[in-house]
Parts: sequence; structure tokens; C-alpha cells
Amino acid sequence: MSVTTVPIESAAALSAGRKTVRREMLRELVRSPLFIVGALILLWWIVCAVFGSSIAPQNPDAQNLFAINKAPSSAHIFGTDQLGRDIFSRVLTGSRDLLIVAPLATLLGTILGTAVGLVMGYFRGIVDDVLGRFVEAFLALPVVVTAIIASYGLGRSNLELIIVIGLLFTPLIARTVRAAVLLERELDYVSAAQLRGESSFYIMFVEILPNVLAPITVEFTVRLGYAVFAVATLSFLGLGIQPPSSDWGLEVATNYGQVAAGFWWEVVFDALAIASLVVAVNLISDAVEGVLER
Amino acid sequence: MIAFILKRIGLALITLWLLSVIVFLLGQILPGDPGRAILGPLAAKSAVTALDQQLGVNKPVLTEYWNWISGFPGKSYTYQSAIGPILLSALGRSLKLAILAFIIVVPLGIFAGVVAALNVGNPIDKIISVGGGSSTVIPEFVSGIILLVVFGVALKWLPVTATAPPGSSFLTSIKYLIMPAIPLVIVLFGYIARMARAGTVEALDSDYARTATLKGLPRRVMIRRHVLRNSLLPTITVVATQTGYLIGGLVVVETIFRYQGIGQLTYQAAQQKDFPMLEACVLTIGAVYMVVTIGADVLFSMLNPRIRLKAAE
Repeated sequence: MSVTTVPIESAAALSAGRKTVRREMLRELVRSPLFIVGALILLWWIVCAVFGSSIAPQNPDAQNLFAINKAPSSAHIFGTDQLGRDIFSRVLTGSRDLLIVAPLATLLGTILGTAVGLVMGYFRGIVDDVLGRFVEAFLALPVVVTAIIASYGLGRSNLELIIVIGLLFTPLIARTVRAAVLLERELDYVSAAQLRGESSFYIMFVEILPNVLAPITVEFTVRLGYAVFAVATLSFLGLGIQPPSSDWGLEVATNYGQVAAGFWWEVVFDALAIASLVVAVNLISDAVEGVLER
Repeated sequence: MIAFILKRIGLALITLWLLSVIVFLLGQILPGDPGRAILGPLAAKSAVTALDQQLGVNKPVLTEYWNWISGFPGKSYTYQSAIGPILLSALGRSLKLAILAFIIVVPLGIFAGVVAALNVGNPIDKIISVGGGSSTVIPEFVSGIILLVVFGVALKWLPVTATAPPGSSFLTSIKYLIMPAIPLVIVLFGYIARMARAGTVEALDSDYARTATLKGLPRRVMIRRHVLRNSLLPTITVVATQTGYLIGGLVVVETIFRYQGIGQLTYQAAQQKDFPMLEACVLTIGAVYMVVTIGADVLFSMLNPRIRLKAAE
């Protein structure tokens, strides 16, 4: 029996290979027309979030009580609301809080969920069982219901909103990460690290984590869409972003009583803005999923 | 099989108990004094203390937990009457809305999913997949408001509230529920179509589908007899898991269309700091979710011989 030596790739060659793969994935993403559409819409709303008040034709908070509930016209292309504010300007500035809260909440949930998922998947046994029961208990409640309960305990600032949604996403993301870790921990490189006497912490975060980044990235983009969904819904229920923000969900909540009076423009443009943002995020996450999970 | 069901029920009971502890503890942490919440900011301190005493909310935590569980569901602070009947009628109303949404969305979603699968890679598949995926992420209040504007206010085809006038017939009450059901349908459509598509693609790719084709069965017969039956199994699971989401959606839809279901009841209970009501609503939602998921698992395993036989071993 002859002993063959396996050539060990140098670290530099490995990282160069990784870079090529990453560049190829990026190229593939950019070639998908749906990704481009989603990215352009998202980019537009990010630009609005950053520069909104300078792009807006009028001051979004300026009231004009002589021109309330005016239908769309050349002076106000989206009309005015019950305080005479220009709705077009308010829609342009309305993405800011949503685009701060939703990504940060998703990031928080992803970080915590990854940590919990790694622990559950790596240790299995009793830790997994106990944490699993808690995950189940949380999953039995719709996100909106848990958020209702939580938002009454906490205040209503953006920071608290980020924490609540981040914590709600944690078990969902943990479940995905756990499943990926369960597959990885059976592989040789994990046994090798165990035989070397590496600590569990090292194996989880340095050995396994880089290999489960693909499902985590997909989960992040998918969850981002749901975070926008959740923040908008909570704002609509009065539990999310608070006045005086011109947030879209909040605007719909404030004005939907006016719909029966025929003032449709006070809610429709905000509703369409939310729809465009969630669809854009969904197109992006679809494309990312397509490239990474194959 | 029976052991499998019993095990599932046992696990569900543990989860439900955990949920009751979580909800109870949340109620304890929540700031705000129930007596103060009921009597308002102007009431005398002595009256608030007396009411707290009467409600039994100033005892040690364990005693309070025991009192709550043993007297479940208890009495509502705001309604000043037993929670049971109020909760049951709200649950019934929500169930009616949810069933209507499912009756519309299940056939629609399955049909779209199967059509997409039979045209894998074609523009038809792309349109259904992307459209379904996008419809899933549109918040209910967004589609609800647009429906309300278009069909309720502009065209006046459908009533703008969900509650039919008292004494109206069953069919009239259904008419009032159609518009509230559609936002739920839009969200669920994508999930169901996606599962039905995945199931059908897998079944079309299977050995038995190939055998059926090779033995000369016409494509239509092969699809109906061999593919559909297998592809629809996973759809049952997705319908069940979406029940949890559905109740969240009900909160929003019931608010827009002013419908006194369990979603609105939960929302109002939280706003009014009516803890017993809130806790009862949350536990009921959890229990409904458990019952539906276990039901779906059992149905799934009865329909799927592979699991049925494995469980029997």
C-alpha cells in the first residue's frame, strides 16, 4: 500500500479561488434582469431616504390649511392631505425610517439567529431540545401578535422596534442555520478540528460558520423583505414608526378614514410605495437565492 | 401511528405550556397597573389599590400564575364579563373569514403552481413564480387599502366593511367578507403556488412518472393519476403552517374592514391593557396553530404510505 501525498493548497491560492467564485456570482447576479429592476427600485428609495428633503419639491411638513384634501393637480401632483401637506413630498421622504429600521432589525436577527443556530446544530442533544421547544413556542405565534404584546411592554422608539423585530426573527433564522450546521458537522474538517483539540467556540465560528454563509445570506435577504412587511404593518397599527415621520405605513393609518370621503390619493400613493419596496426586495432575494443555492 | 399522534400531542402540550409561561411573564413585565388602566389617570390611589386587590393582581407571581391557569380563561377587565363567550364568538367570525380565504386561495394556488411546473423554464413559469413570490410580501393593509379604494369607493361593487347588518342572510354575510379575504389570498397565493410547483416538478422528474410515460399513458392521464396525487402532499403542510401567519394577517384585515374577530380582539386587549383577555387570545391562537399543524401532520402521514408505514414500525 503506497502512501500518496495530497497536495495542500496554499492559503493564498484558496483565497484567490474564493475571490473568483465571488466575482462570478456577482457577474451572474448583475446579468439577471429581475435583480436589476429590484436593485434600481431599492436604490431609488435609498436615495430618497438619504436626500429626500432636498429632492422633494415642497417642505413635506409644511401645512397649508387653505389647500386641504386637494386632488392631484399640477401644483400637487399627488394631491394634499388633511393638513394641506404635499403628498408627493411626503412619499419621497417617507422611506427613511423604514429603511433604517428594517435592515438593522434583520441584521440583529441574523447575528443572534446565527449564534443560536450554530449552538443548536453543533451541540444537538439536550441544548438543541430545550432551545428547540422555545423556538416552537415562538413560532406558534404570528410575528404581528408577538410584536403587539412586546410593543406594549416597550416604548415605541425606532431602537425598540429594531430590537423587537430582531428578536422575533432570531428563532426563524436559527432554524435555518441549525439545519445547515447539522449537515456540516458530519464532515471531515470538523472531526479534524475536534481531533486537533480546538475549542467548540473555535470550531463553530471559525470552521463551520464560513461554510454556512450561503444559506445565511439567502436567509438575510428573504428576512429583509419580511422586515419591511412587518415594520410597515406595525406602523399601520400604530405600534411601529411614530409621528411626525412621514413613514408610508403611518400615513396610510392616519388617512385611511378619509377614503370613504373619496380622498383616495391620501393613501394610494403611500400604499404603492410600500408595494414597490417590498417587491423590489423580493426580486433581489429571489436572484440572490438563485445564484447561491445551486 | 397512534404513538406518533400521541407524541405530537404531548410535545404540543409542552409548547403550549411554555407559551403560557412566556405570555404570563410578559404580562408581568409590562408596565402599567391594571387598576389604573381601568379607572383612568384621575382616579384616587386608594380606589386603584382596592381594584387591584379585587382583581388579584398584587399577589406573588406564582400564586397569580396558578390563579390564572386554574380559572382559565377568566374575566375580562374591560368587558367586565367572562372571556369565554366573547372569545368564542370572535374566533367563530375569524374562522369564517379564514375559511373563505382558504376556499379561494387553495385551488387557485395549486392550479397556478401546477401550470407553472408543467411549463418549467417558460415565460409562463417565470410570470407565475415571480408574481407569486412578489404577492407574498405585500402587506395586507397595502392590498386592502387599494381594494377598498377601487372596489369599495370608486366602483362601489362591494361593501367597505366586513360586518353585514344584523339579520342578513348567510350569502349576504359572505359578500361582506369577500373584500377582506382577498388581501389574505394575495399573501397566501405565493406560498401555495410555490409548494405546488416544487411538488409537481419533483413528481414529474420521478421514476414512476417516467415509467408511466414509457408504458404509453397519455400525458394527461399520467399527470392526473401519477403526478398530481404526489405533488399535492407538501401543499397540505404549507396550508397548515400558514395558519400562524393567517392570524397575524387577520389583525390587520379586521382593523381595516372593522370586523370583530380574534385579531381585532387581541389588538384591542393589548391597547386597553386587558391582560386576561390578551393572554387568553394569545393562548387560543397558539392552540389553534398546534391543532392545525398536528392535524396536517396526521393527514399528511395518512395520505403518504411511506410515512404511514415507517410510523407503524
